[in-house]
Amino acid sequence: MKFAVIVFPGSNCDIDMYHAAKDELGEQAEYVWHDTESLEDYDAVLLPGGFSYGDYLRSGAIAQFSNVMKEVVKAAEAGKPVLGVCNGFQILLEAGLLPGAMRRNESLKFICRQVELKVENNETMFSAGYEKGEVITIPVAHGEGNYYCDDATLARLKENNQIVFTYSGENPNGSLEDIAGIMNERGNVLGMMPHPERAVDELLGGADGLKLFKSIVKQWREANAVNA
Amino acid sequence: MRLMLEPSPAQIKQEKIYRQMGLSDSEFASAEKILGRTPNYTETGLFSVMWSEHCSYKNSKPVLKKFPVTGERVLQGPGEGAGIVDIGDGQAVVFKIESHNHPSAIEPYQGAATGVGGIIRDVFSMGARPIALLNSLRFGELESPRVKYLFEQVVAGIAGYGNCIGIPTVGGEVQFDSSYEGNPLVNAMCVGLINHEDIKKGQAHGVGNPVMYVGAKTGRDGIHGATFASEELNEASEEKRPAVQVGDPFMEKLLLEACLELVKNDALVGIQDMGAAGLTSSAAEMASKAGSGIEMNLDLVPQRETGMTPYEMMLSESQERMLIVVEKGREQEIIDLFSKYELEAVAIGTVTDDKMLRLLHNGEVVAEVPADALAEEAPVYYKPSSEPAYFREFQAMDKQIPKVENYETTLLQLLKQPTIASKEWVYDQYDYMVRTSTVVSPGSDAAVVRIRGTEKGLAMTTDCNSRYLYLDPETGGKIAVAEAARNIVCSGGEPLAITDCLNFGNPEKPEIFWQFEKAVDGMSEACRTLSTPVIGGNVSLYNETNGTAVYPTPVVGMVGLVENLKHVTTQHFKNAGDLIYLLGDTKDEFGGSELQKLVHGRIFGKAPELDLQVEASYQAQILIAIRKGVVASAHDVAEGGVAVALAESVIGSKGLGAEVKLEGNVVSALFSESQSRFLLSIAPDDQIEFEKITNAVLIGKVTETPVLKIDVNGKNVIHHDVKGLKKAWKGAIPCLLN
Repeated sequence: MKFAVIVFPGSNCDIDMYHAAKDELGEQAEYVWHDTESLEDYDAVLLPGGFSYGDYLRSGAIAQFSNVMKEVVKAAEAGKPVLGVCNGFQILLEAGLLPGAMRRNESLKFICRQVELKVENNETMFSAGYEKGEVITIPVAHGEGNYYCDDATLARLKENNQIVFTYSGENPNGSLEDIAGIMNERGNVLGMMPHPERAVDELLGGADGLKLFKSIVKQWREANAVNA
Repeated sequence: MRLMLEPSPAQIKQEKIYRQMGLSDSEFASAEKILGRTPNYTETGLFSVMWSEHCSYKNSKPVLKKFPVTGERVLQGPGEGAGIVDIGDGQAVVFKIESHNHPSAIEPYQGAATGVGGIIRDVFSMGARPIALLNSLRFGELESPRVKYLFEQVVAGIAGYGNCIGIPTVGGEVQFDSSYEGNPLVNAMCVGLINHEDIKKGQAHGVGNPVMYVGAKTGRDGIHGATFASEELNEASEEKRPAVQVGDPFMEKLLLEACLELVKNDALVGIQDMGAAGLTSSAAEMASKAGSGIEMNLDLVPQRETGMTPYEMMLSESQERMLIVVEKGREQEIIDLFSKYELEAVAIGTVTDDKMLRLLHNGEVVAEVPADALAEEAPVYYKPSSEPAYFREFQAMDKQIPKVENYETTLLQLLKQPTIASKEWVYDQYDYMVRTSTVVSPGSDAAVVRIRGTEKGLAMTTDCNSRYLYLDPETGGKIAVAEAARNIVCSGGEPLAITDCLNFGNPEKPEIFWQFEKAVDGMSEACRTLSTPVIGGNVSLYNETNGTAVYPTPVVGMVGLVENLKHVTTQHFKNAGDLIYLLGDTKDEFGGSELQKLVHGRIFGKAPELDLQVEASYQAQILIAIRKGVVASAHDVAEGGVAVALAESVIGSKGLGAEVKLEGNVVSALFSESQSRFLLSIAPDDQIEFEKITNAVLIGKVTETPVLKIDVNGKNVIHHDVKGLKKAWKGAIPCLLN
């Protein structure tokens, strides 16, 4: 399986995504510069964290206009897995691939720490490796992770089981309904504030994020075996 | 036309306008002698910044010469952007610490942010990939709204810059004392990794080679920043706010990636950060180090404001800029490389053979000064030094043990002292995990960062207890180096070298200069004994507000090599049943201690003693034991003594407690700050092997019940649940801020 790790000017978790996919999963991964014209060669798209375009104007607001985002939309429409983490999640919101918006953390401070997440929906290509209701530990590191959407959107998210992860212990940023990660209706685009790519090695304090990446690979292999 | 408003050379001389720029009468006379004429306004500006203490070390040079700066592993000592130490396998570690005290006192967010930005540039200008940041901060007591504001904004500024650029802030220290009330200290350290073949220097070789300007445009911010950094602060300092630069971490991230691509290109001849004194220092130093000259056409300098004069362009300290020299004819390659990152690269001058820094503007020569005169020939002052009366008084005092009525309450109070209390409120705001290599996060003795593709890691720390230095700068200087090494060793690393940031008061006062000299003497001796040469650093003098100096604060930034990540050790107890050992003698030492401060509200007497031979021997024992795999946890005993060290080791454990039996004077056994002591825990199976290696004494065991129980002379003096200790320790700083 071949992952595209999208690199915008100002991305800084790109190397972490790359190493998670390549070293820990043992799959192929390539850095893809933001001006790339096509993502056809890739099986999945990873939008990493960081401060794309300095987060000027608003997190993810400028990155959505990058060349590559047209291709990310195409990949999403083609049903390929698209994972946006942290700034990647913010970009997916700005690009309209996921509903809702991000506000500054309730504390108005950047927060970096390990948090507990509850797996709300394990029937997705991203979370199939977890048990439903399982509590996992994955770090957050963000200043704007306070997810918000209107009542109608929230009702739809719930109805379609689009809320994949919620904060289980303390909610670090004040997000609506403790939301930590949501997916699109089709189930192939996931945005989340916590960093699964930082939780793939016990040496660094935990490997609960690895199952997420493994779920993507497993689902892809099964789908491709059927196609073959 | 602004130029018309500049005073003429004759006016500068007659009206002594040079004094406003920080030049003395004799310095101005030297400049005249060097040029053989009276310098014009721009030239006077060049001399004034390059001859400031910040750029020239004119007051500190004779003292700095005492530092040991060489060693088997040292590839680059002081003099370049950052020092470099070999770590084997063709790799090296690059690191440096630098102060941004004065800007932070006036404009804390930007002052701290640009301090981080500047030190990162120093590291990547050597060709290294920055992999970690640390800092060392000092503020007044966390009581006044102004101090709280400075503390919050400095932390936010460090976080804002480091988080955005994507380099983890993995460690540091924060201390609070009234001497820093008006003059906080903000020292930032950056650690980078490099392959030997990629090491670059800031030298302008090759006559005819183009000198290129890369990065952000030049504005009027930060003009005379270096001069501002070389004077005392007072009420009028607020007016110097324009001398504080504004940072743009996004721009620096682009510059970083572009420069790291550039160092792989063989067209690059030399590269240097435009830091303090901006274009002036980078051009003069690059020419001087290479024995060449540089001619620049200032009309070509990318400018973000209109009508800038040569004086303003040369003295601007706008951030995120680099000066590079490349091979002639290959300019376009460089322009293309930078344009990928949407950055400008503009040829603004050429390397010459006449050793002059020559500046052109609007077709005229506006300055012509020998590069060596600016970079190398600043006057050197041998300042008078005199032993202060307070020191003689303190030395004559007998050792006093502070009175303690309730040991348990005292322990809780100590855990709440901001200097001891958990700094989670601070490091929670730093992204310490980005780059996914942080093996030991903030909150243990030293941070450890792995080196991808190897089994090795780098341990790193910043340390300085300035109270000991105030009481006795020589002993305190030794302690600062020894404590840093203790932290590295306790984490499983072998100390490699140090970088230092020497923060002192006004060197023109003989008592302050004496502190400076003595501190450097002590540090030098410790560096020699512990085999940790000084590979670079920074001097920050004039840290005074309205005539009162900060405590002498020579911050030590140390990096150690962890041979194998299996050796990584933290301070927290690991398993119930593990045996607890104390290595090192406890004496009745309270001078400068947290307990003395708590009980008396001030510090006095003698600093704790330090025997460097004993220190070295204990550190060697611990490193051997760790490498043999017989140490479960290791923690140096520091502020607050054994009781606080024990509390920290249980607080960080996963719900464990400890039962300990000590002997001797109760107050000393619990709270003395005697040096060269270590708290260790080991698995019972390793007892025989461990005791063969070390002189440590068995004092107790780790328990399943989360309670800290300490008996002294067979009598229980502390019996407290860990939850309560943790609450006191963790809640103190947030509580003080609310």
